[in-house]
Amino acid sequence: MSEASVPQSVWSQDIHRALADAGIRQVAYVPDAGHQSLIERCHADASMRTVRLTTEEEGIALAAGAWLGGARAALLMQSSGVGNCVNMLSLIEECRCPLLMLVTMRGEWGETNPWQVPMGQRTAPVLERCGVIVQHVDRAGDLGAEVAAAAQLAFVSARAVALLIGQRLVGAKTFE
Amino acid sequence: MTRPSITLERRDAVATILKSRGDALVVTGLGSPTWDVAATSESPLNFYLWGAMGGAAMIGLGLALAQPARRVIVITGDGELLMGMGSLATIGVEHPANLSIVVLDNEHYGETGMQESHTARGVDLAAIAVASNFASASTLYTRRELDAWVPALYRDAGPLLGVVKVRPTQPPLQVPARDGTSIRSRFREALLGPGASRESS
Repeated sequence: MSEASVPQSVWSQDIHRALADAGIRQVAYVPDAGHQSLIERCHADASMRTVRLTTEEEGIALAAGAWLGGARAALLMQSSGVGNCVNMLSLIEECRCPLLMLVTMRGEWGETNPWQVPMGQRTAPVLERCGVIVQHVDRAGDLGAEVAAAAQLAFVSARAVALLIGQRLVGAKTFE
Repeated sequence: MTRPSITLERRDAVATILKSRGDALVVTGLGSPTWDVAATSESPLNFYLWGAMGGAAMIGLGLALAQPARRVIVITGDGELLMGMGSLATIGVEHPANLSIVVLDNEHYGETGMQESHTARGVDLAAIAVASNFASASTLYTRRELDAWVPALYRDAGPLLGVVKVRPTQPPLQVPARDGTSIRSRFREALLGPGASRESS
């Protein structure tokens, strides 16, 4: 069975539960099909304030402000959005603010839109060059533990952490 | 179109605005707004930016949502806000009642050689805030208008935006702490208590 055959509606539950257990109070996102089900779960959760963004860098600044005020935030985006965050990540590094990013990958496993490939292939190195610790997950069964570990690293050790959710898991979008 | 002449001095305006800050939390946009706030209202409850251009208003939003009982004041410049103009739409949608944004609009990029900004050429940030679902937004040219507006900044339900037109002068540099971790730890300890830096956050 391929990982993509595990439905998003199932694995998004593990992510949502891990975010709730980590005490996440603000969930900021630019919509992505790979996060569709998780976004719906966060909207339905009264303990989470969802914030829709016009561009991903807004979410980096929002997460810093939330933490300054004593609240934990998580930021959901697609890999193409990572490129929009580069300079704002200097705020996170210089102030050593915790940051938890969940990034659904495009431009890798079976991609059919070539325009996604440039940023998708550079997502991990760009994040690493910006001081963000990168975790990869390609198996649905690992998601809950990966999110919990990323949140603990981010908020207890005050580090920026991005969990890259592989396209193998999300499923390659086709245009047919 | 003729516009009123600009007579307000930025540092006087900031002193007037922050005189009645009480326990408000203040976020400052990089450059002159940071120097102005450091010179007129230094406090551990100031989060000073030295970079992250375009991010001040969104830091204010995250803080305002985390601290709904406190007033959050973002004091920034026209160039800084222009770089994060989409954040006005995001803030208008989230509609935090406790967030006020003050734009010290000198219509120039003061830190880089006083090049004109878009606000010198007809871009109206208050109109953009109104069109972005802010509770209210206004442009202030005179001391009288400023004095009349300051109480609303602390009292009225937000999000509010005030564009304070100031002369393109550069008052003496007043430099606060530079180190980001010091600025954030001082702020969090003042707001959340002395354990803020020790405990798991």
